[in-house]
Amino acid sequence: MFLKKIALAGAVSLMGSAGFAACSYENTTPIKSLSAGFEAWKAVTDAMAECGNFQAELDQEFRTKQPAAFEANPSLYQIGGVSNGTITPLLNAGTIRPLDDLVAKYGQNLSPNQLIRINGKIMAVAMMVNTQHLMYRSDVLADLGIDTPTTWDEVLAASAKIKEAGVMEYPLGATLKSGWNLAQDFNNMYAGFGGKFFNDDNTAAVNSEAGIKSLEMMKAMTEYTDPEVLVSDSTYVQQQFQQGKIALANLWASRAGAMNDEAESQVVGKVAMSAAPRAMDGGVPATTLWWDGIVIAKNISDEEADAAFRLAMEGLDSEMVKGANDAAIWLVEGYAPTEIAKGAIETATANPAPPAYPSTTQMGLLHSALGNELPAFFTGERSAEATLEAITEAYTTSAKEAGVLK
Amino acid sequence: MKFKTFAAFVGPSVFMMLLFIAAPLVSVFIQSFQVTQPILEQVEVETCTPGFLTQTCTTEIKTVPVLDDNGKTVTETRWVGLQSYRNVLQMDKFWAAVGNGSWNDIMQIDFWKALRFTLSFTLLTLPLVIGVGLAIALAVNNATRSIRGPVIFISLLPFIITPVIGSLSIYWLFVGDGILTAMLERWTGTNISMFAQAWTIELLMYFYRVWHVAPFAFVIFYAGLQTVNMDTLESAVIDGASRWERLRHVIVPHLMPLIIFIALIHLMDCYRVFEEIVGFRSQAHVISLQWLTYDFMTPDDAGNRAISRASASAMLTMIGIVFLLILPLRRTWRDHKGSAH
Repeated sequence: MFLKKIALAGAVSLMGSAGFAACSYENTTPIKSLSAGFEAWKAVTDAMAECGNFQAELDQEFRTKQPAAFEANPSLYQIGGVSNGTITPLLNAGTIRPLDDLVAKYGQNLSPNQLIRINGKIMAVAMMVNTQHLMYRSDVLADLGIDTPTTWDEVLAASAKIKEAGVMEYPLGATLKSGWNLAQDFNNMYAGFGGKFFNDDNTAAVNSEAGIKSLEMMKAMTEYTDPEVLVSDSTYVQQQFQQGKIALANLWASRAGAMNDEAESQVVGKVAMSAAPRAMDGGVPATTLWWDGIVIAKNISDEEADAAFRLAMEGLDSEMVKGANDAAIWLVEGYAPTEIAKGAIETATANPAPPAYPSTTQMGLLHSALGNELPAFFTGERSAEATLEAITEAYTTSAKEAGVLK
Repeated sequence: MKFKTFAAFVGPSVFMMLLFIAAPLVSVFIQSFQVTQPILEQVEVETCTPGFLTQTCTTEIKTVPVLDDNGKTVTETRWVGLQSYRNVLQMDKFWAAVGNGSWNDIMQIDFWKALRFTLSFTLLTLPLVIGVGLAIALAVNNATRSIRGPVIFISLLPFIITPVIGSLSIYWLFVGDGILTAMLERWTGTNISMFAQAWTIELLMYFYRVWHVAPFAFVIFYAGLQTVNMDTLESAVIDGASRWERLRHVIVPHLMPLIIFIALIHLMDCYRVFEEIVGFRSQAHVISLQWLTYDFMTPDDAGNRAISRASASAMLTMIGIVFLLILPLRRTWRDHKGSAH
């Protein structure tokens, strides 16, 4: 009896999802996609699924699978979701196809801003921008008469004031989880101090004045962060915000929507966003710009590519954006920026603007070296100079193994 | 047993072991002496990135792999001798640190830091696992028959939990505002941060591993206790041996082969400690050899992975296990030879 019920329920739910609700055509070619699993991708793939014959794989570990899956012939997925970081291995291996003809055929609604051109050829279609920006508790800052901080010095001063007032013990949140997150926070700060990542001969250039300044600033941050900050990732900081434990953090724009999620958040309407703080006067906001978008595999037939791109365009239409307006800072037509997008847009349109994350083979290696070597500085085992030295050495070793350095 | 029957029984298992253990091991061994690199070229690339309103295009020199006519990356494999081992071990830095007499400097080198933790983790948990396992076994053995079943069931539970899930649960219980930390904080009135320094993390790891593995030792010991010679035990009682003396002189010697067996299994398992590192997110403070191999293997955003160093690190881990096992294995071998007489 029980089994029967389950079978029935399954059948009903299948029927429900098979309806071609809002799609303008019926897709007949089976299409699969592999992308990250955050809210925006869910909205896009749900919209694509409305056309039928589509299977989406949403996986936060997609970056480890994607290069190999696209290298297979035929490729295991027709559509790939990438960011400006994860497109690099696909570009390097030549496993994604130029989209110029497909854009001409189906891309009437795309804005020129969305077309990612590499050497003049369109290799990807961007759907959203992402960046880390300042999120703060407007009520706490207003109570203490603190202006919205625009530089990191002001962020630290504001944190000190909140701590002194006894409102919160650790008012500052930071994504300093050792590994990728910590390295990314260093990259942001380093960009803010105008640092250059590489010399012309591909050797690392982080062992510089800007590097020391970045480390000192980040060390100063840890005075106001939770003592366990070296295990705190984006989700943890988001939860700290939602539970009212922190008042300030430089966090991903894609996390902003969660602040007003009444099911999770105790601070609905109290968190405001503004541009990422600058590290120095007249500098760029201390952050990097990212985009997320779609690519089409090379190792598939032209018919499949045609169907896949047409389907992707259906997923990236204004109807989808209307249904998920606050899930991302969309680049798609029909997006109406709300309060929570303010900070990200201010960051992206700042003058001078923050750099895009410099995605290259070398940057991947340097990012790993940073992630592995930085923690020793924050646990106090190593000085700033020795840490930058160690980063350079670790990068040199792996760059030699990867063939980037001779 | 006839050789033919023996071969028929063992054959499939030997074949599987050759295919899934020996062959990969040989390939890892070979790869640890090789480096495979793509052929790279420097080209000028114009990349356009969307801002919110307009794009910014930059032209820069990028290092990209060369593709052949079929669109495959052209790679080149070279023999590099012990270079990958040198990169993992970093002996020059190690000797420099030894020269300075600076323990802190040695602990800055990933491999030695990982080795230090792996060894202390393995060697400290071993007596604890055996001790706790034996204690539970004795307790259950002496418990009233009616409650024995439920007690065995409950004692076995930690062993059933998947290691990653188990370590994650401990992490969630003790992290920042976890239930247990919150309770302890309320009770002691001080702020407790279990994951802010290395020693508390390590303590939790020891605790977790003993909690997780002790049931395994318990099951084995409990089975062993059922075979203790009752006559010997009774005559010991008549001779006036205390509970402790009976344990020391009758039960433990009887269980000795089992203790060696558990020690062997535990050393092998523990030297490959990995789940605790990932589950506790302890990379900033504590890393293990197995985690180091994993870290080399994990591709970064640009798709690079350090296969050669990962292979070298894996081989070093295997060598470490062999060294650790020599002692208990020699004992088993001696016992085995002794019993043949």
